Amino acid sequence: MARKIRVLVAKPGLDGHDRGARVIARGLRDAGMEVIYTGLHQTPEQIVEAALQEDVDVVGLSILSGAHMTMFPRVCELLKENGAEDIIVIGGGTVPEDDIAALKENGWAREIFTPGATMETIVRWINENVKTG
Amino acid sequence: MSEKMDEIRKAREAWAEQRKKMQDRDFVFETVSSMPVKDLYTPEDIEGFDYLRDLGMPGQYPYTRGVQGNMYRGRLWTMRQFAGFATARESNERYKYLLSKGQTGLSVAFDMPTIMGYDSDHPRAYGEVGRVGVAIDSLQDMETLFDGIPLDKVSTSMTINAPASILWCMYIATGEKQGVPSEKLTGTIQNDILKEYIAQKSWIFPPEPSMRLITDIFAYASRHVPRWNTVSISGYHIREAGSTAVQELAFTLADGFAYVEAGIAAGLDVDDFAPRLSFFFNAHIDFFEEIAKYRAARRIWARRMKEKYGAKNPRSWMLRFHTQTAGCSLTAQQPENNIVRTAYEALAAVLGGTQSLHTNSMDEVLALPTEKAVQIALRTQQILACETGVANVIDPLAGSYYVEALTNKMEEEAEKYFAEIERRGGVLAAIDQNFFQQEIADAAYQFQRAVDAKKRIMVGVNEFVNEDEKLDIEILKIDPQVEKDQVARVQKLRRERDNIKVGDTLEALRKAAQGTDNLIPYILECVRAYATEGEIVQVFREVFGEYKEKPIF
Repeated sequence: MARKIRVLVAKPGLDGHDRGARVIARGLRDAGMEVIYTGLHQTPEQIVEAALQEDVDVVGLSILSGAHMTMFPRVCELLKENGAEDIIVIGGGTVPEDDIAALKENGWAREIFTPGATMETIVRWINENVKTG
Repeated sequence: MSEKMDEIRKAREAWAEQRKKMQDRDFVFETVSSMPVKDLYTPEDIEGFDYLRDLGMPGQYPYTRGVQGNMYRGRLWTMRQFAGFATARESNERYKYLLSKGQTGLSVAFDMPTIMGYDSDHPRAYGEVGRVGVAIDSLQDMETLFDGIPLDKVSTSMTINAPASILWCMYIATGEKQGVPSEKLTGTIQNDILKEYIAQKSWIFPPEPSMRLITDIFAYASRHVPRWNTVSISGYHIREAGSTAVQELAFTLADGFAYVEAGIAAGLDVDDFAPRLSFFFNAHIDFFEEIAKYRAARRIWARRMKEKYGAKNPRSWMLRFHTQTAGCSLTAQQPENNIVRTAYEALAAVLGGTQSLHTNSMDEVLALPTEKAVQIALRTQQILACETGVANVIDPLAGSYYVEALTNKMEEEAEKYFAEIERRGGVLAAIDQNFFQQEIADAAYQFQRAVDAKKRIMVGVNEFVNEDEKLDIEILKIDPQVEKDQVARVQKLRRERDNIKVGDTLEALRKAAQGTDNLIPYILECVRAYATEGEIVQVFREVFGEYKEKPIF
């Protein structure tokens, strides 16, 4: 039997908007995944450390402060430095379309889910894109 | 009377018998907070209703009908739109413009580093300076922010919590520089740390020392800044985090009682500080539920303040509140629809008797608002005030079987939460047990499930969707130069000020923090010597420690 998919839900930056992160964390857990939630105010270094320690398949960054163009590249860079670029980085929050395109083109995020995305869509995407076993 | 009620009951039963044969729509008939509602309310639902006991007259105990005797016939609610960005100089120019247009109250938004107690050159501030509000590092920035604005002529609301004491001292010191004594200053600091642990999560220190800073502010204000609203007890953020209306009501009032108890425990007379407590509620989309919430809030507060805490000054019994329409009810899809949502929410706030109101802009769900969107939001309030006629009659929904029954229901449900919080050992203990956080997370999750399952309809999101919608909204970007300039400014200040004096005042503050003196005079000394916010917070971090959440979901 394939092992459960492991997801780190992370909340970088100084703001406290954690409603979305917590709803997603719970939804993924209810969909049968192992979920670790970092809590608030995490630096990219702390996030990557947690990702490595917890041996996750996916890192989901929840960003509503507008800092996505600095946070995603930094997390990807640190994962690469630690030889963990196989970890899939996805995100959620209020990210403008131009920035989503830039994040994907540069390989800083595989997918970004914006307000209105259903739990089902996110679960399906993760199941289709993570290979376990 | 009961004979009459008997007749009503019989008539209602006969109607219900007929009604059973009618097919209802396939729809979940409950409030947005998942509170079931009946199809019809009659006098039976408010049996035992006593007008003078339950409502009274406007401006009279228990204030169910409003805190002023003449409500909006005297003065309309204050239209107070929240704004702030970039540096003190740019925000100062905006405030002067607003004042020149006849606005008399300012409402300051700070950036995240200021809110979290970091100077602009701290590594954690990187990328966040001036982005969601104005960056204030020292008295120098505060002087710039209010340059040319006489502080005895404006009232200023500052949305600041964990470091509220420091920003407030900077404001007092700015007044001194202008020759305005602190007795003449008017305004509000949000200063509501309890809801930070519960919902908004902008905390710095653990709860106990945070409560000490708050009671120190109460004591200092009652002697030296008597016209200042020392705390704005906030349900807004609790609701935005996903709570129900009842949870917003109950948790906010419970926080209020906790501040009252802390003030009394610190040796203050309740009537010395309670008149300066104010509230801040959300206006969500479920119209009647919101109106009932505001009415219940006033009645509960008045009764508790009088009966439980023994307040004798009627001003201590009055729950005065600011309202903001619900950001979380807005949608990124078809954003123009948000104008309509905001208008209904604003109507509920006004029918519920708010003292001031902020209406959200349609594009705030996407980015900082454009000028045009801000203007429509303000015009929404002006149309409400001047065209609809709703401000002509005081508390016009009183006596509605539904509204009175719902008001009673909100009160009953809130009382259940008060009992549960007490059983858990009070608000601080319940925070420590993650009680509020878990209740809110549960409600938020259930709401999202209901939306995903289409049990709850959001127009444009899960129903009436425009399939290939392209967003055509301008996104405001902050110039990175703002951060560089602010970093240079705070570093220049540190080189040029009298650093011996700064060191001495910070050391005196540290000793006071380790003891039990009121800390406000010590913070004032640091601020006057141009110690930075980050330096003062650092002293407190070392003495008090930092709060660590236990992340749950």
